[in-house]
Amino acid sequence: MTDLLIVRDLKVDFHTQAGVVNAVNGISFRVPEGGTVALVGESGSGKSVTAQAIMGILPRTAEITGGEILFHDPKRTRVVVPPERRRAFTDLANLPPNTREFRSIRGNSISIIFQEPMTSLSPLHTIGDQIREALLLHREISASEARDMTIEMLGMVGFPNPQRAFDAYTFELSGGLRQRAMIAMALVCRPSLLIADEPSTALDVTIQAQILKLIKDLQAELNMAVLIITHDLGVVANIAEEVVVAYNGSVVESGTLDDIFSRASHPYLKALLRAVPHFNMKDGERLVPIREIEHQAGHLLSAKEPWPETDMQPPLLEVRGVTKTFRMRRETGILKVGKSTSIKAVDDVSLKVRRGKCLGLVGESGCGKTTLSKIILSAMTPDAGEVLFDDRGDVVDLTRLDAAAMVPLRRKIQYVFQDPFGSLNPRMTVFEILSEPLVIHNIGDDAYRREMVTELMRLVGLDPRFLNRYPHSFSGGQRQRIGIARALALKPDLLICDEPVSALDVSVQAQILNLLKDLQSELGLTYLFISHNLAVVDYVADDIAVMCGGRIVEVAPREVLFAEPVHPYTKALLSAVPYPDPDRCLDFTALMEGRASDPDAWPHPFDVTAAGAPSLLDFGQGHMVRTHATPQLVENQ
Amino acid sequence: MSNYFVRRLLTMMGTLLVISVLVFVIVQLPPGDFLSNQIAELQSQGEMVPTEKIEFLRKEYGLDKPVHEQYLRWVIGLVQGDMGYSFEHNLPASEVIGDRLFMTILLNFGTILFIYMVAFPIGVYSATHQYSWGDHGLTFLGFLGLATPNFLLALILMYLSHRWFGTDIGRMMAEQYLDQPWSMDKALSVLFHMWVPVFVIGTSGTAGMIRRLRANLLDELQKQYVVTGRAKGLPPGRLLVKYPLRMAINPFVADIGNLLPQVVSGSVIVSFVMGLPTTGPVFLDALLSQDFYLAGSFLMFLAALTVMGMFVSDLLLVALDPRIRMGGRLRK
Repeated sequence: MTDLLIVRDLKVDFHTQAGVVNAVNGISFRVPEGGTVALVGESGSGKSVTAQAIMGILPRTAEITGGEILFHDPKRTRVVVPPERRRAFTDLANLPPNTREFRSIRGNSISIIFQEPMTSLSPLHTIGDQIREALLLHREISASEARDMTIEMLGMVGFPNPQRAFDAYTFELSGGLRQRAMIAMALVCRPSLLIADEPSTALDVTIQAQILKLIKDLQAELNMAVLIITHDLGVVANIAEEVVVAYNGSVVESGTLDDIFSRASHPYLKALLRAVPHFNMKDGERLVPIREIEHQAGHLLSAKEPWPETDMQPPLLEVRGVTKTFRMRRETGILKVGKSTSIKAVDDVSLKVRRGKCLGLVGESGCGKTTLSKIILSAMTPDAGEVLFDDRGDVVDLTRLDAAAMVPLRRKIQYVFQDPFGSLNPRMTVFEILSEPLVIHNIGDDAYRREMVTELMRLVGLDPRFLNRYPHSFSGGQRQRIGIARALALKPDLLICDEPVSALDVSVQAQILNLLKDLQSELGLTYLFISHNLAVVDYVADDIAVMCGGRIVEVAPREVLFAEPVHPYTKALLSAVPYPDPDRCLDFTALMEGRASDPDAWPHPFDVTAAGAPSLLDFGQGHMVRTHATPQLVENQ
Repeated sequence: MSNYFVRRLLTMMGTLLVISVLVFVIVQLPPGDFLSNQIAELQSQGEMVPTEKIEFLRKEYGLDKPVHEQYLRWVIGLVQGDMGYSFEHNLPASEVIGDRLFMTILLNFGTILFIYMVAFPIGVYSATHQYSWGDHGLTFLGFLGLATPNFLLALILMYLSHRWFGTDIGRMMAEQYLDQPWSMDKALSVLFHMWVPVFVIGTSGTAGMIRRLRANLLDELQKQYVVTGRAKGLPPGRLLVKYPLRMAINPFVADIGNLLPQVVSGSVIVSFVMGLPTTGPVFLDALLSQDFYLAGSFLMFLAALTVMGMFVSDLLLVALDPRIRMGGRLRK
């Protein structure tokens, strides 16, 4: 196979106020014609900057200081290049990005799709307009021809009604459809090389699997090469033929998919593979983070109020039949209030979180898991149902408490947020952030608070000397640790973790997961762990509840759920998780063509029949499934 | 859409009704009325005012009626297009204002045009060439314009032009055309005189506008969809106009509502300093002398313009921004 793109010893510098930063420091790789190459690395490894350099869309502060990017487009004869310069390869590193020649390559021979389908398209223009624009720029065709080609492309990327999609605006589309529109825009000119910069990271697992399948299918159909940039080794194993591992701006290892996964030689890559949670982990097996955190619990935090000695052990938290409906007003008449449509965000949800255990709550975005966590925190009042909390033998219904009665209980339930950047006030020092819960609940004097805060810092493995710093001087993983420390300041019994690791790099993710596991046993904590990542939930949780469309569809102990999933949605979720193992590729047929999360598509006995929605049936061993039929019936089918 | 239109019109009427009550109360708030002010002034000059005449005037203007009747009379008049009678000028209020309205609108329309024509290119340049020497220089000039009081600039310009050119640049036209019927020469004279107040009033507006446009555009330029446009191979100019500039313009469209009353009320202080025949000084006089119908009606006129302006800008936003247009029928 001939090479389409050769990157040789590429160096990119950023000129920042703090000085020059070498973002890319000698990266070399090649992309063969029609092949798929994955560029893998954590944030800061220079992988996205490399992509930007190839596209000629580097930020103004960046500069290519060395190396070459050789590109040869076999599909096109370039008329804009004068004959004497018509070599086989064009060096994109030396071509000024704003020349006509580079523009004729960009979006035409090489195109790119980005991570964020929400922000990558303009909200003010129809997607048809934005896609067609690429055609009108690079092809000498009329607007109506371009329209037809765009509609054809929209059909190819899987829009159910391409005619109508042409005139749709981005905010009318779901994240998955937006990413499809983005792919249509990148491919409408039939490029020879598609650069996919984390194309599926921001999407739910089932959507991610569909997008990966789409890219694979289109690649074969359009005969193009794909350079996929990702940090997810599971994605790599499923899509790539060759892998390039970048670390700190240079390539540490490269080879075929097989070489990388079975014969990894560089310590960084080995460490990276060990840091990712996967389903084949033995009981009690620990993730090995690239940098382990040393932490210690102090006497203030270890000293806990004892639980009364009884034989009865009710669950620490029990949610019973909680329902929450949101009403959306529709404008209809001139003066009369419009008819409202209602959405059941949480529909008759019941859960039990055993004391000292971790319940994993799994579901895709929009399934109601965050609403449920807000109801448990009493940040939202449910329309029906109870939230029972065992306050040291005294079981109270949190939904019945008024604001004043809730205050002492708020100390018992704390929250760890998803976004480590947005959840810390940038104008408060770490000391102020950590001591604020103590101040609010009026606990201890200054000396106690200082000691407590110091202890909290040690607890999450941070140096107490950093207490006077502001959040911006910490990395994402360190900030998340500050967030955990803040949640622990009041010595809570229950910690609700809402996607605590989904914004973090894999190596940092392992650190945080290990820390959470250790803290749980050291401090006797109970977790409600919300995540869309099944492998992560598998690593931390004892019991798992699967949520879809506002309902719990399946609850089971961890081993049971992964060994014998019953509900079609659970099965689809499990089959959509990409394994970092080339021998276990995604089974795209199990995805139900993306309809797995649509309750209407579930087969009998899981569907909503004339008798109404199915209720949870007990399959034994604490395994509950939302189905009409008894376990025997299901097995007989 | 038509529902939206009708509902907006109805809320506009309600808003105006509330404003009319407020205007009435506020203008009537100081003790006394126009007549008692006049009488006090005459008495202080040692003149005797016959009681019968006062009583006659009070009846004539309806000042002896209870407050709510006075209010109703005024509002009903307004609805019928009657702005009431100016005590001070002895003319219907509409005539007092109407005379100056044309000049005011001409002047301020020119000013707005000036602001947009100067501020837009500079704002766009500043944002696309952030932290360049050009950006720093223009920003400095902009701040200078923002910091200089308009009347001071007017005084300086008048002084300089008198000193160097020996001409008077005050007023809206050369002296010989005052109170003359319109002619070609008069129109030319107006145009010639107009650019000085346009420049004086426009500088601060220009500076503010440059800053806002620069900030808005800088925000938009960092957005991912701009990178997408570049990755598509769009030339920089076309990219700028089609995506980020279009997004950055929204706040300015939303601002039209504030613009209309500004156009009409005129810049009072500059008008005083330069002797411009705009509505500003008349309005100030009317407030001082409690010339109720003139002040109140003028305020109502401004309020109506503001509400209308808001309506226009909302309609424009609906036309420009699909997110607002289709917000009601979001599909997930």
